[in-house]
Amino acid sequence: MARTHSIALVGVEGHPVEIESDIENGLPGLLLVGLPDTALREARDRIRAAIINSGEQWPQRRITVGLSPASLPKRGSGFDAGIAVSILAAAGTVPVAAVEGVTFLGELGLDGRLRPVRGVLPAVAAAAAAGFRKVAVPEPSAPEAALVPGLAVVGAPTLGALLGWLRGEREAGQEVTVRMSGEGADVRPNQTYRQGAAGPGAAVGLSGSSGETGGGPDLADILGQPAARRAAEICAAGGHHLSLMGPPGTGKTMLAERIPTILPVLDRLAALEVTAIHSVAGTLPAGSPLMTEPPFCAPHHTATKAAIVGGGTGIIRPGAASLAHRGCLFLDEAPEFSRDVLDALRQPLESGEVVVARLGLTARFQARFTLVLAANPCPCAKGPASGAHCTCTPTERRRYLARLSGPLLDRVDVKVEFLPVSRAELLSDRGFTEPSSVVAKRVEAARDRAATRLRHSPWRLNAEIPGRDLRRSFAPGPGALAPLERAMDLGEISARGVDRVIRVSWTLADLAGVARPTVDQTSYALWLWLGVGGG
Amino acid sequence: MNAKNNLGRRGEQVAVEYLERAGLRILDRNWRCTEGEIDIVAAERQVLVICEVKTRSSTQYGSPLEAITRSKRARLRRLAVRWLVAHGVLFDEMRIDVIGLVRDESGHYQLEHVRGVG
Repeated sequence: MARTHSIALVGVEGHPVEIESDIENGLPGLLLVGLPDTALREARDRIRAAIINSGEQWPQRRITVGLSPASLPKRGSGFDAGIAVSILAAAGTVPVAAVEGVTFLGELGLDGRLRPVRGVLPAVAAAAAAGFRKVAVPEPSAPEAALVPGLAVVGAPTLGALLGWLRGEREAGQEVTVRMSGEGADVRPNQTYRQGAAGPGAAVGLSGSSGETGGGPDLADILGQPAARRAAEICAAGGHHLSLMGPPGTGKTMLAERIPTILPVLDRLAALEVTAIHSVAGTLPAGSPLMTEPPFCAPHHTATKAAIVGGGTGIIRPGAASLAHRGCLFLDEAPEFSRDVLDALRQPLESGEVVVARLGLTARFQARFTLVLAANPCPCAKGPASGAHCTCTPTERRRYLARLSGPLLDRVDVKVEFLPVSRAELLSDRGFTEPSSVVAKRVEAARDRAATRLRHSPWRLNAEIPGRDLRRSFAPGPGALAPLERAMDLGEISARGVDRVIRVSWTLADLAGVARPTVDQTSYALWLWLGVGGG
Repeated sequence: MNAKNNLGRRGEQVAVEYLERAGLRILDRNWRCTEGEIDIVAAERQVLVICEVKTRSSTQYGSPLEAITRSKRARLRRLAVRWLVAHGVLFDEMRIDVIGLVRDESGHYQLEHVRGVG
């Protein structure tokens, strides 16, 4: 009898799993119990081949492997390493004492190689929370595992090397890397993060952005739209949702893609949250374990509900909303998205997380993103503002935008209209554009002010303050509410809308460096809220 | 027609004088583009103020402020952005004000100034 430990993931939550192996006299065979799925059931054959090809003896007796808690569904191939070590410990070829207190993660190749698995970061974090001080992971996953502080991370390229380390053999020790994890350990800003999505996220285009201005997209590229550039700055500073409306070719998509360039890099806690989600999704780039750039996620409008909020059979994967956590979710051609998808976004917009329920388990993914919508004024995309003749009937036009209104547009704090600009206007605007790095500094300063004000609360951004606390602790200055009260009397804005306008006015105050929003800020926030939807 | 236009122009002059007294800088008057006209463009501290002036000779057809409808204000917001682009100026904040003027029999104007209507 021997026991090892591993971690089962449900979403980004890890649960410790005990792997017990018992070897009895009887016909040779391996029995795997404890709610394994198909991939895990196949572990039997993988593990046998891997053990034999690592030069170990396969116990020619009756082996029972139990995974407990038995009620928790266990999926995937991450238990291979734990099961193999458990069997060999039960057979007496690995000292039981060495196995104690170690969490094993990793898939086995038939040749005995240890292959990386998804979700190493959240699994290791769960192991640390459960009191383990040592984790053994496949070598490629070791930098990711080392992000969790207070652990010895053992990176092994093969099962043979891992077994050698457990036995304390000197020559095996050279193949295995052991590092103490913790703050600063192997943390490099992730600059190379670019593309990669699979499973339900396949339709999801992901791209990161480098903070530097050299060559990459820059806010200064957006010519002729000063109001829109300012709106992007406001949204970045306060975490407010943004809608961009206007005829094609005026720079809506360009602007959205440049929002990450003015967002500050993630702090360590946020970076770990984001990395954990991307680790489970399998979209983490190899070699740069910690994602410090705010993610930008732009799903195509044909994306399904599962691709946006998460789901999938077997292992539940996070969707675009979660992949954009602490970053920016951009819905281009927003009215073209299916009603289902747009409605499904309401939950994360309200609560900042997505809950995916499946038989026997629920997965929670954090999804606190800045929503950016882009839309043409009508399906023919010519629109009255462009000067070209629109071929849509008024009904068509109304129906097109009605898909956005109601559930979504009510939660969008800043609505800007893009106007077609003449060549002369483009040229004259050139002197007024600012590079992303300059705007990013203002955004960061404004975020710092907000963070200082909110330091005794769980929130960090103005957009996150709940309505009750907003009214109680963060009321604007005297007289500042007059424009809002008037708009409410006129029926132009709802009570929820007033809260949203007040949040934006706090962000404007942070950007302006004033202690409290005055009538200047509330007026402009009301302007931004009414935006194009208020016409 | 002429009388009506005269009344409007007189009213705008009254409004401009009032705004200057109130400490605003007048940047532009009767600025036109293809989408419409802005009566007064002014600046108060770092705020761009787009001002719509409505003058009436009586309140028989309702208060002048009532005439500033939602769509009118939406158009003003759009015009404001147009004005910014055309003049290449940047402002931290923007707002729309409405000045309503009613002329009484003695030829005096009653002025009402509403700040930040959108």
